[in-house]
Amino acid sequence: MALLVLRRLVQTALILLGVAAITFLLLYALPADPARMIAGRSATAQTVANIRRELGLDQPLLVQFWAYLQGIVHGDLGRSYAQKTDVGSLIAARIPATLVLMAAGILVEVLLGLTFGIIAALRRGGAVDRVVMMASFVGVSAPQFVVALLLLYVFAVTLGWFPMSGFGTPAHVVLPAATLGILGAGWYARMVRSAMIDVLNQDYVRTARAKGLSSARIILRHALPNAMLPIIAMIGIDIGQFMGGVVVVEAVYGWPGIGQLAWQAIQQVDIPIIMGVTLVSALAIVLGNLVADIIAPLIDPRIRAR
Amino acid sequence: MRVLKAMLRQPAALFGLIVVVAVMAMAIAAPLIAPYSPDNQMFDGLTLEGAPMPPSEQFLLGTDTLGRDLFSRLLFGARTSLVIGLVANGIAVAIGLFIGILSGYLRGIVGNLLMRFTDLMMAFPALLLAIVLAALLRPSLWIVAMVIALVNWVQVARIVYTETRGLVERDFILAERSLGAGHFRILFMHILPHLMPTAIVWGTLGIATTVLLEATLSFLGIGVQPPQPSWGNIIFESQSYFQAAPWLVFFPGAIILLTALSFNLVGDALRDILDPTQRGRG
Repeated sequence: MALLVLRRLVQTALILLGVAAITFLLLYALPADPARMIAGRSATAQTVANIRRELGLDQPLLVQFWAYLQGIVHGDLGRSYAQKTDVGSLIAARIPATLVLMAAGILVEVLLGLTFGIIAALRRGGAVDRVVMMASFVGVSAPQFVVALLLLYVFAVTLGWFPMSGFGTPAHVVLPAATLGILGAGWYARMVRSAMIDVLNQDYVRTARAKGLSSARIILRHALPNAMLPIIAMIGIDIGQFMGGVVVVEAVYGWPGIGQLAWQAIQQVDIPIIMGVTLVSALAIVLGNLVADIIAPLIDPRIRAR
Repeated sequence: MRVLKAMLRQPAALFGLIVVVAVMAMAIAAPLIAPYSPDNQMFDGLTLEGAPMPPSEQFLLGTDTLGRDLFSRLLFGARTSLVIGLVANGIAVAIGLFIGILSGYLRGIVGNLLMRFTDLMMAFPALLLAIVLAALLRPSLWIVAMVIALVNWVQVARIVYTETRGLVERDFILAERSLGAGHFRILFMHILPHLMPTAIVWGTLGIATTVLLEATLSFLGIGVQPPQPSWGNIIFESQSYFQAAPWLVFFPGAIILLTALSFNLVGDALRDILDPTQRGRG
């Protein structure tokens, strides 16, 4: 077990190193020039050159990358070009808002996905099943920003139930979380359905039924726990997926999380922030998978035995 | 033929197929169907106060903030979406096939390195990467297609890798090898044909993802640039106006959804038909 954990940790470190290297290389190769962005349009060539030297951008690529890596090892993600502050603390300040949104979004999609997935599995082949499956297809095909704007129009502009944008009260989180959740629920419903169908066909479920147990008890106590495994793996993957999706949702709803921070940084070619957010997102993806792998044996003794 | 017949029997797949054909027809025949030029900023396309006009007999789906006919812009936008969908996804599937097949066939160092690289790309936040690339490069239709291809090949590579690994173990490949067939012959004459169903399924499902990604990038203002119409940038141009003119968001949004949905339905039906072991599963 200890060896396994150690291996995963080394793997994680290598993946993050790779992500850092690729992002660094891409940003270095792109035509956008941060020194010119900071200096402004009317700056002289001398000013631009000074800024470039100040930021260390005149150094060779490998020297810059090595300096960056040394920083990371010491927990230093560099300084923002535009805001002149420490990237690490800028990101840390935004993470709570994104975590709140993520937790609420996952809650919505798991609740919707479980409910409709189970209903569809129980009514397999029937009209209800077909409607749920079609709805889940619509869910996974819907563009996030359109759903976001639509929810805004109906529930904020027309009905006035929820605020247009911002952060702070529970009412603020409803629409962004619903946007993330409705789209994700499609995937969950499809997966819960197929996992439940597999389990419901097993002999032990037939035994439970023959013993005369109630349907609710069979589904909740006997079938569902065994169908949970793929769902937990999926939540792990989802945590990573969310990190990309939040850029759009946070932009539409003015949610002050790391997605919004990234979007502002991208527009200002603020490379240290872009690097930092990419690394944090990659870390979230890797950790999400890791957590799913750790939880799986805890809830399923069969995996522990292996 | 068999595939087509099987698809016509499923209502959902049939619906998807009809929409896909209709959108393609829209894109090809856009200049013939469009009542106005998509770039024509018409004087009578705005109200007296200078606001966009709601749907009417004259302007089927209304006009946008510059007095251009929305219906005509959506027709020409179909071209943008489909060109990017086909090109970007075609490249993504080609890269995925190439890397997947090589890493599955060549065990050794090369295969291992390729697979570790794929793992690495899996840990990349794809949408974030696409946004960064699209924003920092000078945006154009082809750049957007390249960016999408660059982030979308990974999944195909994973699946092709797994399938190739399975195929290499099979007896007919062993037999071929013992007859003295070279790597080239085995790869292209024997393994590749078995991967075609996967390529076709992902070639279809991937278009849905691509259309959504293009729309998202264009909605953020970093995809296809106005005045060239794309479904995403029509919404981008009018989003600050959407409370007063919701049709400017609703119609392009609906057609993006419908197109992505249809490619998903067709792709899913193809998977059921081409791969019977997956039938009836999520």
